Amino acid sequence: MKLTHSFGAFALAATLALPAFAQDTKVIGVSIPAATHGWAGGMNFHAQQAVDRLEAVYPGLDFVLATASDPAKQVNDIEDMMATRNIDALVVLPFESEPLTSPVKAVADSGAWVTVVDRGLAIEGIEDLYVAGDNSGFGKVSGEYMVSAMPDGGKIVAFRGIPTSIDNERVAGFEAAIEGSGIEIIGMEHGNWNRDDSFVVMEDFLSKHGQIDAVWASDDDMAIGVLAAIEAAGRDDIKFVLGGAGMKEMIARTRDGDAMIPANVTYPPAMIATAIEMTAVGLTSTAPVSGTFVIGSVLITQDNAAEFYYPDSPF
Amino acid sequence: MATADTNPKPAMRLDLKVMGPILALVVLVVIGALMNGNFLSAGNITNVLSRSAFIGIIAVGMTFVITAGGLDLSVGSMAAFIAGLMILVMNGLLPVMGVGWPLVFVGMLTAIVAGTAAGFINGFLITNMRIEAFIVTLGTMGIYRSLVTWLADGGTLSLDFGMRAIIRPIYFDGILGISWPIIVFALVAILGEVVMRRGAFGRHAAAVGSNDQVARYSSVNVNRVRMMTYVGLGVLVGVATIMYVPRLGSASSSTGVLWELEAIAAVIIGGTMLKGGFGRVWGTVIGVLILSLIGNILNLTDGVSPYLNGAVQGVIIILAVILQRDKKAEG
Repeated sequence: MKLTHSFGAFALAATLALPAFAQDTKVIGVSIPAATHGWAGGMNFHAQQAVDRLEAVYPGLDFVLATASDPAKQVNDIEDMMATRNIDALVVLPFESEPLTSPVKAVADSGAWVTVVDRGLAIEGIEDLYVAGDNSGFGKVSGEYMVSAMPDGGKIVAFRGIPTSIDNERVAGFEAAIEGSGIEIIGMEHGNWNRDDSFVVMEDFLSKHGQIDAVWASDDDMAIGVLAAIEAAGRDDIKFVLGGAGMKEMIARTRDGDAMIPANVTYPPAMIATAIEMTAVGLTSTAPVSGTFVIGSVLITQDNAAEFYYPDSPF
Repeated sequence: MATADTNPKPAMRLDLKVMGPILALVVLVVIGALMNGNFLSAGNITNVLSRSAFIGIIAVGMTFVITAGGLDLSVGSMAAFIAGLMILVMNGLLPVMGVGWPLVFVGMLTAIVAGTAAGFINGFLITNMRIEAFIVTLGTMGIYRSLVTWLADGGTLSLDFGMRAIIRPIYFDGILGISWPIIVFALVAILGEVVMRRGAFGRHAAAVGSNDQVARYSSVNVNRVRMMTYVGLGVLVGVATIMYVPRLGSASSSTGVLWELEAIAAVIIGGTMLKGGFGRVWGTVIGVLILSLIGNILNLTDGVSPYLNGAVQGVIIILAVILQRDKKAEG
């Protein structure tokens, strides 16, 4: 909020240094990973939506949106925003924590507001605002659902995402939640949040295990691959598949009472919009927005699925 | 090892060169059978062969490109783009043509035409514009990947549900229990082997890859041969996509990621020389099977951390190539 208080002096300095900028325009840089999988695609969609909306609402705000296909590109994007657009605030969803920490710190050191989304940085205290998804909560809610759906226990196979701290936290939360419930994980492999990879892994799980009671696919893209493999194998021992992240096609199937997909656990890609909106509020008003904002993971069942169905989102 | 550089025992050396990939494959099959009783079940064999078909069909085309001294890094992105296009065309024409096989054939035609065009573009830039194959296909790789992301609006392109039921048998059904992807892969491989061994085109490709100046003096139309290898690869990418789309009925920016490297690795494991001049289609087929089996075995067994899957693959790829290394090339 420092920026808001010293706005007059800053604007004057900016006017002197960069006559090309209108003196009352503040620039918010948004740096996010490119749409390389379904969730990221949804996140890109919501980022663009938030930027479009806020540009209309706040004439005094200007946005720079950059999508990066790898951490190195993201570092370049952020450096470019600093050098050429003189950003007043940065909203960043780090591709990876370690490589992005020092570039984002440089932005913070320059006096700009920093909002970090989803993935934390390697050093604490750099960001002014942290909008976080709750990954261990995601695993916990998923595990608790498994326990409630399988009161007598059973054998499940579990799918992991791309090896990252996000994935580790989810799995740890899940394992803690099912501990002592009689649910046994008989196989766990990386499906990389990818339909094709999960299809192949599930085919092999089905060859390997004669009896599987349920699948924790942990992601809706992976759930689609898993479901296709089960259907092709014609197996009927699997009672349900629990995905996650709330892809609209899967939400629709839960809403319509598909027995194979009785539930979903949210990890909303729209959290990027939350972060951009809060940053805009922070820059344009006196409302304090610094701190940590955790977006909880919610269990979706047939009863509440309609509330989580967003027909326009690509995810 | 140190004395292997001279003439004696050429027959045995040749033997190991030929046998290397087969030996690696046999070892893998034995390991798999020992580790898990279901490994040799009909279901698992069908799974492994069917999923090998995409890379396999592409790798046969890649064998000709590499034999002629070229390279194509764009095939994975190209497959994703063609899959996206095929889905869009079928969804778009659905209201006009209705659900049914005619629409499936239109989708197939789209894939073949798009593959031919994409291969032609690569070939044209490489032969007529005289740009390095590596750079051209690195460029088109990025272009196709971006295009499919753009077509899908960052999400996933999904085939209409009714159409999916019609098209699904292309991946999952077949004749006499042998699924279509396996049949098509086998036909493409046999055709490729015949063309490489018996056809003039195979000899010309090897001549161009070996020494394009000499090939030119021998009245081989070097540009035409190069162009044809890229167009042929494009067509085969289209064929592979026709097999791929029915499986999950969707395409996204994560479709076909790293297929190009798997195809190239399979070609090299199979004994084709990366610098061109010599190609072996049956070896490529073995290479594809080796790569698929590694993943399959790692999934069927416990004990190896899934974090190390890539390392195991890397070691086996290198071992397979060591088994058949050309001593003369050591200098």
